[in-house]
Amino acid sequence: MKFMSTTGSRRLAPTYIAIATGLALALSACGGTTNTSSSASGGGATSSASADPNAPIKEGLKVAFLPKQLNNSYFTVTDRGGKAAVEEYKGTFSEVGPSEASASSQVSYINTLTQQGANVIATSANDPKAICSALDEARSAGAKVVTFDSDTDPSCRDIYVNQATAEGIASTQVKLISDAVGADGGDIAILSATANATNQNAWIELMKKELQKPEYAKLKLVATVYGDDNAQKSQQEVQALLQAHPTLKGIISPTTVGVAAAAQYLSGSEYKGKVQLTGLGFPSQLKEFVKNGTMKAFALWDVEKLGYLAAYAGAALASGQISGAEGQTFKAGTLGEFKVEPDSTVLLGDPTVFTAENVDQYNF
Amino acid sequence: MTTLSLQRQPSMAWVGTVTRSREFSVFLALVILIAVTVAANPRFLSAQSIKDLLLNSSILVILAVGQAIVIVTKNVDLSVGSVLGLTAFATGKVFIALPDLPVIAMLAIGIAFGAFLGAINGALIAVAKVPALVVTLGTLYIFRGVDFAWAQGQQISPSNLPADFLALGAGTLLGFPYLALIALAVVIAFGLYLNNARSGREFYAIGSDVLAARLYGIRVGRKVFSAFAISGALAGLAGVIYAAKYGNLDATAGQGLELNVVAAAVVGGVAIAGGVGTVYGAALGAVLLTTISSALPVLGVSPFWQRAMVGALILASIVLDRYLALRTERRLRGHDSHAG
Repeated sequence: MKFMSTTGSRRLAPTYIAIATGLALALSACGGTTNTSSSASGGGATSSASADPNAPIKEGLKVAFLPKQLNNSYFTVTDRGGKAAVEEYKGTFSEVGPSEASASSQVSYINTLTQQGANVIATSANDPKAICSALDEARSAGAKVVTFDSDTDPSCRDIYVNQATAEGIASTQVKLISDAVGADGGDIAILSATANATNQNAWIELMKKELQKPEYAKLKLVATVYGDDNAQKSQQEVQALLQAHPTLKGIISPTTVGVAAAAQYLSGSEYKGKVQLTGLGFPSQLKEFVKNGTMKAFALWDVEKLGYLAAYAGAALASGQISGAEGQTFKAGTLGEFKVEPDSTVLLGDPTVFTAENVDQYNF
Repeated sequence: MTTLSLQRQPSMAWVGTVTRSREFSVFLALVILIAVTVAANPRFLSAQSIKDLLLNSSILVILAVGQAIVIVTKNVDLSVGSVLGLTAFATGKVFIALPDLPVIAMLAIGIAFGAFLGAINGALIAVAKVPALVVTLGTLYIFRGVDFAWAQGQQISPSNLPADFLALGAGTLLGFPYLALIALAVVIAFGLYLNNARSGREFYAIGSDVLAARLYGIRVGRKVFSAFAISGALAGLAGVIYAAKYGNLDATAGQGLELNVVAAAVVGGVAIAGGVGTVYGAALGAVLLTTISSALPVLGVSPFWQRAMVGALILASIVLDRYLALRTERRLRGHDSHAG
């Protein structure tokens, strides 16, 4: 009933707390959606040359979506897009996945899908290497593997559907903050996720490069801070930023948690409308803030279309329209035609910019 | 010893001295921290900044009060982060179903729902006689799992919540944020109760010496049950407030928060070994921890080191707490033959 009952074990109590604390710390460290690695490197998947761009999409394809983790709203939306596509080409859609985004948690799901004879496995990898051998087995059993959002080693999959290039993200973000701050320019800062997030750091480097262009000469990046994709920490970092840099004119937050937390804070503070904010965020989360004047515009790739495109890429592979070789083309339903780029990559396109005018049209 | 602590007799004055000095030292640490930060950047004491500090700490303060009551009975409640998360998500769901629900009714629903979840903890601990650490570690995952299963990856956005509810999160009354006023009311109410009411003192009796408490006629099981129900109710209140403050919710709200809450209580002088500490101390500990994490970026501490700094400060307080506990235990042995 009690924590401890004898004097002897009373001394142990803090030890137990420490152990429990450590456990919970380890378990609470889970990934955010924008900390993904989107740059593919190395050689492309070895692909046989037999591809017939005019082959019809086979009916009854078994298409499985395996996100990094279930219960992550980002993947709920990608998989919704995937499901819509699969229904369009009359396949069978299924969604499976681990509850935790840890490196090897997807392996057993891939093995099960292999045994069930899935035709297409569309996955966002928690780790570029950990699921490789499981994917190899799936492919030798006849499945086509499409990665989206977060790639594996290129040798382990047939196609990677890239949501946006790092360059595209960086230039969109800088353009948006420049437009919001206005012609006079001024000091700006970046609110990132964790200090070690590969993707975030790549974007930040590219944004710095972008800021050196003559048209952005009046914008000066004065600080980069890290909110750890935690709402409270992000808000505290923004508060500290505004105190340390009284002349701050704008903040870029290229992470969904950070930008939502920053918007929530700014809208209830004296800085609303005076300090501009943009970033990568969900329309559903930021709708209020573009309407109430806290922010003018923000960007994100169309998450639903990402899943939609991944489902079509898988169908094109499984139907023999493409083999993953550079230069091949396929039609992705209502999105039109896509071309396979080097390293067997398909690019969704430039990030979508959301403003008060168009934000209501998006359902994610 | 137990009966003495019930009536706060002069012979227990040393306990009062230790705890009083402990709260004072936490307060002093807070003042020093703020002074150092203000010296580095005077804007740390601007009106907006003070409002921010109050807003930032209110959720942790409310949780720390509940945790203090549980720890005083020599138990621990690790499920508060999950209770907060589940209640916060439930808040969003209730408002989607009933957009015209008054805010005050939502607060009541949150408190009742949290108390229900806390009662599950309390029942398992008091009836099934399983250690609180194990039970609440289990319910930490169970409540979070229920949250995940319920949410299915959905999100609650500010557009799902009524405007007057969101105003609760950012609004002020005579310059004081509503949330800070709620937190202050919770601290004072439970501070007075634990300090003055007979049934409040019984929590200390159980934590000090459970056998003596039982001999004295205190219904220990029922009392521990109520401690967990209170902790759950306050976590429920904090969940509703979390929803009002952040607006954007998914099933992960409050994940990992339980550690900050236990740390806040311990830093504030609530002894893990039970029987010692006040909710005022726990509340001060919560404000101190929040101020530390607000001050570190203002002081320009490298982001790579901020977490380590927070951890080091928590460890330092736990070591201090342990040292004080051992010292008082030794003193107790010296003065009192029945210790143990």
